[in-house]
Amino acid sequence: MQGSLAPDTVLTEHIQANAAHADHPDHRVFGILVFLVAEACLFLGLFMAYLTYSLTAPVWPPEGTPERELLLPGINTLILISSSFVIHKAKPAIKANDVKGLRLWFALTALMGAIFLAGQIYEYSNLEFGLTTNLFASTFYVLTGFHGLHVAAGLLFILAVLWRSFQPGHYSAQHHFGVEAAELYWHFVDVVWIVLFILLYLL
Amino acid sequence: MTQLQENPNLTSTPPAKMELPSEPWWRFFTFSTDHKVIGIQYLVTTFFFYLVGGALATAVRAELATPEADFLGFERYNGAFTVHATIMIFLWIVPALVGGFGNYLVPLMIGARDMAFPKLNAVAFWMIPPTGILLLVSLLVEAPAAGWTSYPPLSLISGKVGEELWILSILLGGTSSILAAVNFFVTILKMRMPGMKLEDMPLFCWAMLATSVLTLIATPVLAGALILLSFDLLAGTAFFNPSGGGDPVVYQHMFWFYSHPAVYIMILPVFGMISEILPVHARKPIFAYKAIAYSSLAICFLGLIVWAHHMFTSGTPDWMRVFFMIATMAIAVPTGIKVFSWLATLWGGKIRFTSAMLFGMGFVSMFVIGGLSGIILASVPLDIHVHDTYFVVAHLHYVLFGGSVFGIYAGLYHWFPKMTGRMLNEFWGRVHFLLTFVGFNMCFLPMHKLGLMGMPRRVAQYDPQFADLNWISSVGAFILAISTLPFLFNAIYSWVAGRKAGDNPWEALSLEWMTTSPPPHQNFYGEPILLTGPYDYGTHSKETLDYFAAQLQTLRELALMETEAPHS
Repeated sequence: MQGSLAPDTVLTEHIQANAAHADHPDHRVFGILVFLVAEACLFLGLFMAYLTYSLTAPVWPPEGTPERELLLPGINTLILISSSFVIHKAKPAIKANDVKGLRLWFALTALMGAIFLAGQIYEYSNLEFGLTTNLFASTFYVLTGFHGLHVAAGLLFILAVLWRSFQPGHYSAQHHFGVEAAELYWHFVDVVWIVLFILLYLL
Repeated sequence: MTQLQENPNLTSTPPAKMELPSEPWWRFFTFSTDHKVIGIQYLVTTFFFYLVGGALATAVRAELATPEADFLGFERYNGAFTVHATIMIFLWIVPALVGGFGNYLVPLMIGARDMAFPKLNAVAFWMIPPTGILLLVSLLVEAPAAGWTSYPPLSLISGKVGEELWILSILLGGTSSILAAVNFFVTILKMRMPGMKLEDMPLFCWAMLATSVLTLIATPVLAGALILLSFDLLAGTAFFNPSGGGDPVVYQHMFWFYSHPAVYIMILPVFGMISEILPVHARKPIFAYKAIAYSSLAICFLGLIVWAHHMFTSGTPDWMRVFFMIATMAIAVPTGIKVFSWLATLWGGKIRFTSAMLFGMGFVSMFVIGGLSGIILASVPLDIHVHDTYFVVAHLHYVLFGGSVFGIYAGLYHWFPKMTGRMLNEFWGRVHFLLTFVGFNMCFLPMHKLGLMGMPRRVAQYDPQFADLNWISSVGAFILAISTLPFLFNAIYSWVAGRKAGDNPWEALSLEWMTTSPPPHQNFYGEPILLTGPYDYGTHSKETLDYFAAQLQTLRELALMETEAPHS
């Protein structure tokens, strides 16, 4: 607190601080990060529920659960992880004012995301258990389905950025918050999938 | 100590030419991204829901006035107390404190022009009316009857439609509070005016920071639990249904991981508000600023690791009970730090017994009673004895009504002049306080005894031996219901025709009082200046204060000349 300072000092300090503050900090990326913390807690809660079920059950997955195919989800995982590297190329591109590069990397990421979703739907259609077969099946569908919803949301986000990048001058080296936000969201979806894959398929 | 009162510059209203045209009344009912409008929208909306929730509570107490279930009947009684609790938590206390006061005060207190994400702010507010509509519709269709905790398997077998509407309503309200929390977190950390360090912030902002952290971490987990419960209700899964291999205790863990921190979401902003109100009306700097600020963060941290104390009787293993008992009792330490700081602030102060101060001091004393019964409930053996009895009901109402609602009233009396530019009537404020205080204690004090005698909660019909105390309690509830009327009329009348307040009727030093009442669109004329700390009562010389006041006046006139220039 500044109670004991002489008034003149206070005013001078204020003017100096104002000058230093002239370029306003961009708080929007920070906002996305904070929002992703909340999203992560949502998945964390569901993971904890899954862990409780799996650790307290005598046999997990419960007896009679059909074996899960690992090949398709494995390929799907590789695609999703590599898409995170692909989208990471977009920010340097737009920072160099290369809108075409931005479009390329975002289109590629969108394609990979779409393949992931299609793969997941194909996997669902071939699974030998349904939503209500047993507790494992229920958690499996809810967790992967919920993640799938987030992938779909991320895909829409990426397509929206792609759409906007065709408006001349919408994104530039200085103004590309949408690009950064979409990238952060996509990385988040990717990280969640890695945890999910380990929990549901590998353990 | 009271030099401010001798200083005419700080208290005088600005010259007539500086007065701006007042806001049109319909501005408060339309889509706006101004944090002040949104804050008032929150307060008005949630006060409406408070009246609805209060009406339900009165119905519940009317049922309990006699031992027989002869007023509402069992089904409607279950629906009434479930919806009463849900409304009071999700549509009154949380949105009024966080959405109402948080929105109105935080940007003003940190010298920002608005919240970090004004549109997001509006979106978060406009989720509140549908939340309430869903809940009220559930009451009409098929009321959820499993209590506000909605424990499975009970919630899976009683009224599915009402239960699902309840879930949707909470999910929507939860989304709204997550979005608001993102906004507050970013606003407080990134939007402070130049030169304001975290430790120059008013304590209310610290409390809002801790509240947002709790909301961000805990609310999504509740959403997860409700989504799983929804699947159980609608899709035939068995996450929480023991007959299908599920585990209802998992729901309890997820539910309380939100709902215990939620009590701190409902009380931390009040702690912050009281830390603002007491120094102003006692004319003293707050005692131990840093201790209050950091104890908010300590409560935030501890609040996240104590949820299982609601589950001592749910087959929780002993090691877990001991851990959660100790962690829960540890919260008494940061809370006690706050209470002692407030008392030390009052000690030797030149207290003005305004309505705001009455409610503030009422808060401190009532909250201490609630806190002490909380310690009793935290200890495992006593909790097992009084679990699900009226002792718990008494405790939670002392914390949530004696705490949060008294705090909200204190805040309303304190900041009403800033929000509307007019004073609330002090005489009717005192009547309001007296009725509330008497009604509240008459209603909830006997419940301690009832609980120790063994009266279970959530029953419409009870043993006649509890009849006398229940009668007293019900009469208290009616007085409490009546007590809202003086406030309601006072607020409406004063908003329209009350005495003009001036910029700084309480001679306060925090930043929100350094602008006009009500503040202009962008909050301040020109750049706001941090001339004093928010609690520097009696620490400045008269010359310094004169200098501050003159500076403020000059800045305002300069800014006003700039805004007027294009028109002339």
